Amino acid sequence: MTRQMNKSNRTYVRIAILGVLLLALVFALYSSIVKDPNVVKAGNDAPNFSLPQLDGPAMKLSDLKGKAVVLNFWGTWCEPCKAEMPALQKQYDALKDKGLVVVGVNIGETPVAIQSFVKQYNVSFPILLDRDLQITKMYRIGPIPTTFFIDRDGEIEEIFIGQMNDAIISQKVANILE
Amino acid sequence: MDTRKCECGHTNPIGTMLCESCGKPVDFRDTHDAQQQAFPDMRYEGMARRSQTYSRTIIDRIWNFFSSVKVAIYLIVITLIAAAVGTIFPQQIYIPVPVPTEADVANFYADTYGKLGEVYYLLGFHNLYSSWWFVLLLVMIGTSLVICSLDRIIPLYKALSKPRVNQHRSFLTGQRLFGETSSEAAVDTEAFMTKAAEQLGKKGYRIYREGDSLMAEKARFSRWGPYINHIGLILFLLGVLARNIPGFHLDQFVWVREGQTVAVPETPYYVKNENYQTVYWDENEMAQNLDLQGKVIPKTYRTDAILYLNKNADLPGAEPDLVEIQKGPIVVNHPMVYEDLALYQSGVREMELGALNFVLIDSKAGNKALGNLKLDLYSPQTEQQIGNVKVRVIEYFPDFIMGTDGKPATKSNQPQNPMFALEISADNGTKEKLVYLQGGFISDTENPRYALDIKMPDLIDITGLMVRKDKAVPFIYFGAFIFMVGVVMGSYWQHRRIWVHREDQRILMAGHTNKNWFGIRREMEHVIKALEIPILIQEKGKS
Repeated sequence: MTRQMNKSNRTYVRIAILGVLLLALVFALYSSIVKDPNVVKAGNDAPNFSLPQLDGPAMKLSDLKGKAVVLNFWGTWCEPCKAEMPALQKQYDALKDKGLVVVGVNIGETPVAIQSFVKQYNVSFPILLDRDLQITKMYRIGPIPTTFFIDRDGEIEEIFIGQMNDAIISQKVANILE
Repeated sequence: MDTRKCECGHTNPIGTMLCESCGKPVDFRDTHDAQQQAFPDMRYEGMARRSQTYSRTIIDRIWNFFSSVKVAIYLIVITLIAAAVGTIFPQQIYIPVPVPTEADVANFYADTYGKLGEVYYLLGFHNLYSSWWFVLLLVMIGTSLVICSLDRIIPLYKALSKPRVNQHRSFLTGQRLFGETSSEAAVDTEAFMTKAAEQLGKKGYRIYREGDSLMAEKARFSRWGPYINHIGLILFLLGVLARNIPGFHLDQFVWVREGQTVAVPETPYYVKNENYQTVYWDENEMAQNLDLQGKVIPKTYRTDAILYLNKNADLPGAEPDLVEIQKGPIVVNHPMVYEDLALYQSGVREMELGALNFVLIDSKAGNKALGNLKLDLYSPQTEQQIGNVKVRVIEYFPDFIMGTDGKPATKSNQPQNPMFALEISADNGTKEKLVYLQGGFISDTENPRYALDIKMPDLIDITGLMVRKDKAVPFIYFGAFIFMVGVVMGSYWQHRRIWVHREDQRILMAGHTNKNWFGIRREMEHVIKALEIPILIQEKGKS
């Protein structure tokens, strides 16, 4: 009788202890696979932010809801960023009436430097100034250019690292415009 | 049946080495196995380890697997080998070339190290500490630690908390220290027992008596040392694991220019560098005269900082609404601490260009100085009015380089090599363009009217602050403390037991300790001497 009770007690105690250890295992594995819980990745909503425009008031990403957004992180010192600027501008001109917004986030440069660049490249889409790199860090930007394609619901459809050409941009823009 | 019956009538669970009731070695006489015939190990008091008792259900099997010290050793060895293999090729964070995407990482190993590198990457050796199987191994070691301890501590506790006083003769003779009086010697055994208890009591032993038997015990708690030690290790491991809980751990770095206020990443805080200063040792402060040949030795690296809380932190990048919460110096090893957050002085870039200073000169007015022009390299004003002359910045390249297209460009966003294109226009209609680069000027006019005279530039210091938060640290320290308590308990005390038994006219005496056999032997001999009883304690080889 007592032996029988001991047996079931022992099994329950062992199950409880192994269960707790299993939980620790799941947590350890989860946190090793998800290294950065705040990572910005495709499929997630693009984190909201607000930044001043080069010429204009501050712009909030959430204000662009309902539009397809191409969020391009760039700097004037970056050759591939410069090279893809005309292509971005072309897409913007062609599709801004269909609900496309191209937003260039400049990484930590002075308005004077950006101003002359924008003039030289005839950029007319909004340029935001991330003076102390807060948003650049938040979006975990490594090499530039890095471009986020955000659909009308504010969800990141795709992240592209590196220089893009017309074909790449128009294909990805088509995805977010639907 | 998973039991064995002892000749005393007690039923012992299988795996028992010393009868739970009388102390007689189980199967001692029945088997002819040479291994079994030796007196059993006293480590767990001859109790059956729990895992040896049952192995019926899957739960029991898992339990038994982890309760094996052999398995634990294999796990540790495999982990060590894996860690060693992880050093053969560089870890991902040490790849010397930029690898922006996962595909680049894979290609790096395949291209640099060939087939082996490919396998290395596929098996996750490139990110060893966070590869799933390595984490699995670590958790398995932790599991083994918990189960091994539980599996042994429970029977051990049961055995030690109800000490057997009246042991079987074979238990006593089997002990490493044993002695008995010869049958001829006439001893008043009753009186002896009382006096022995007295003597042992004086030596700090706790006395248990039962019929013709006596047991004296000392420092039993030291037996718990290894287990407390394990609890400490488990707490330590949990603390390390807890670092992965969101908000428990932060490790960031920010560069802050003098006068600049920047956001501390992943926190609602901002930090301002009011002033940075490196203080050097003065020659008078040195204990002896060192020939430094004009060199200096830094004494302190110090940032006067202000920590702000941004009340408008919900929307990143938005105009911050800052409230000062702390102000003070940050010196190496003396961080600014606010709640869980600590800011450490951990880097500096001194004497960096902050602003260029010029004096605007009118050459047509006998080189008359018209006024000062300051070009801030981090936020240059687009236009400055100096007297009736307007100076406009047309172009600014902080880190000038001639681009591949033959146009001026910048190498980075840091003002390492500033180049300015200025337009100087005066009310008198003069309009000249001037380029400043590397301490020289190029003008677009033959004989320019306006010139700039270079003055001492503003030099600023940029401080590097390490931002840390680690809520698990107290927990980890607590684990380490418990670990140490266990080590001390187990190292500086020994569990000593002396059994005395009388059988008709004979006295049997046996002793056991987990270490320092010389010490217990001396105590036994002291008692024998004090009581003037003819016993010779014999020490066997390792029991």
